[in-house]
Amino acid sequence: MLDLFEILLTTGFWAATIRIVSPLIFGTLGELICERAGVLNLGIEGIMTIGAMAGWMWVYQGGDLWTGVLFAAIIGAIFGFLHAIFTVYLGLSQHVTGIGITLFGSSLSYFVYRMMLPSATTPPKIVPFQNYEIPFLSDLPVVGEAVFSQTPLTYLALLSVPLVWYVLQRTPVGLAVRMAGESPVAVEAQGINVLAIRTGAVMVGSAMMAVGGAFITMSAFDAFFFGMINGRGWICVALVIFASWRPGKALMGALLFAGLEAFQVRAQQVAGAQIIPYQFYLMLPYILSIVAMIIMARRAKYPHALLVPFRRGERV
Amino acid sequence: MQIEPRLHVSPIRIALAPITAILATMAICSILIVWAGAPVLSSWALMFKGAIGSRFALTETLTRSTPLIFTGLAVAIAFRSKFYNIGAEGQLYCGALAVTFFGTGLITLPPYLMIPFLMLVGAVAGGAILIVPVLLKTHLRVDEVVTTLLLNFIILLMVNYLIYGPWKDPMAMGWPQAASIIDEGVIPTMLSKGRLHYGFVIAIIAAVLVWALMRFTVWGYEIKAVGLNAAAAAFSGVSINATIIRTAMISGGLAGLAGVSEVAGLKGYLTLDLSPGFGYTGIAVAMLAQLHPLAVIPAALFLSGIYVGSDAMSRAVNIPTYIADVIVGMSVLAILVSVMLTKYKIRWR
Repeated sequence: MLDLFEILLTTGFWAATIRIVSPLIFGTLGELICERAGVLNLGIEGIMTIGAMAGWMWVYQGGDLWTGVLFAAIIGAIFGFLHAIFTVYLGLSQHVTGIGITLFGSSLSYFVYRMMLPSATTPPKIVPFQNYEIPFLSDLPVVGEAVFSQTPLTYLALLSVPLVWYVLQRTPVGLAVRMAGESPVAVEAQGINVLAIRTGAVMVGSAMMAVGGAFITMSAFDAFFFGMINGRGWICVALVIFASWRPGKALMGALLFAGLEAFQVRAQQVAGAQIIPYQFYLMLPYILSIVAMIIMARRAKYPHALLVPFRRGERV
Repeated sequence: MQIEPRLHVSPIRIALAPITAILATMAICSILIVWAGAPVLSSWALMFKGAIGSRFALTETLTRSTPLIFTGLAVAIAFRSKFYNIGAEGQLYCGALAVTFFGTGLITLPPYLMIPFLMLVGAVAGGAILIVPVLLKTHLRVDEVVTTLLLNFIILLMVNYLIYGPWKDPMAMGWPQAASIIDEGVIPTMLSKGRLHYGFVIAIIAAVLVWALMRFTVWGYEIKAVGLNAAAAAFSGVSINATIIRTAMISGGLAGLAGVSEVAGLKGYLTLDLSPGFGYTGIAVAMLAQLHPLAVIPAALFLSGIYVGSDAMSRAVNIPTYIADVIVGMSVLAILVSVMLTKYKIRWR
């Protein structure tokens, strides 16, 4: 028992938590932006997969890392645009479209990967983002190593939390996005194009999801595997509900998850922990996601117009 | 761009919707074939031939369609009541787990009792796992899409644990698989050659039964009513929660049967690769069938033909087999649009 507690005192645990939380932050914030505008984006799992593949492939083909991230974001935005055409402009079922985008996006990533590397048996590797120690801050005890000695993409993830909060809460664009998710009729009355706002939000959100996927192949690992995203997208959807659609709480929820993930990997090494088979440790994040949704369900304040398509001139 | 409802929805348009969707999907996926440097028309011809061109190909397509009919029905009936069960994959494995638990020697009955018994426990297991998501939806309004999806991962890890751990067959030379189903429980094959088994017939019967349920019974009427307009259904005295729970149990049971027929009919034992995503493909099947139970049969046959045919195609010309999954994903998106266009028209101005 004491051994388990000691895990929490190691800097390695905290550094791993921050590393694991990064893709969850991108994915959760991306989903949050979409849902705040009134569009559920269940394409997240597929968009993260294609982001992971696209960014990695860009670098593998000789591009540099940052343009790879940009490339992943652009591909993500394109898939977001596809989702928006279906759900925003055509008003089709957001559930089914999202699942369709996920099926299409992940299978297309695998197809493209196999197309470009037909005979790769062991996954080829790239040189991923390296840790960058921020001067002075990285000299601090514990936090220095845990937070300020990460890869640049992790810093980007951490910075995107206040950025998304600021844009959503303090700018006219953010207000329009939130209104599009609460009362699209009111947005229309202001002379703002609801469909354009929603489309923009879904594209930006999807770009973030794709960067979250790219983090996994370009920063956490250095190769692309099949089934690599492994439900992270769905966990992000649960985290958005857990966070009551707020960026700050989303960070907290994601940290809790990443902490648990980092903890379970280390807890398995502790003497005596092998009594419980490792598969049960791996189940924890999924079980916790469901538990998190149960806890927050009663208090969940869904954006009012979530799942409701908007058609101009139609009576509500 | 303005979307207007059509005053008259013609049945011809509805019947043609899946065909247009399939043609559109094939046209778009032809781009991938061109990219692979293969001749487009002859590649599709190869796929067609690989799916139904020989006796062997045809029985393979029928065999592969069996779990897809079950999962397609599971999704179709659930989506009818707007209960978005995306967990057919997990429920399939639950059915497979139940069959493995009871069918590997725990109970021995004569075949005419053993096979129905295994189907029953498989269906019950598939439905039972849905109790959590459906009660969370009806009583706490937790979105069932996410819970059913997350359960898929949990169940797959459970299967992983069992067949690497306590259920691992010591006779399997180290391969991770469970013990074989006893002879009394094996669903017999239909033909002297090939793998086609009577699970296919059971799937067809299931489709007819679900159709009859939806068409002729009060339960079926309530399922449709809740899906079309829950508020109106509640106003006329239908219990929404009871209907959704009932639908979920039937849906999970059907998906569980897919696991039964794969283990007891096709493979003979449980492995981790029992289902290459039959649960997810079931969504495409149900959508192509426009959620009609009988239309699930041709839709499942079509998609299983795509899978079997694409194996043959990728052997002949150098196209990754993943093209089949791309076609499945694309067809979900295409059918959404083509069905919408039967009910609405788009006016550009």
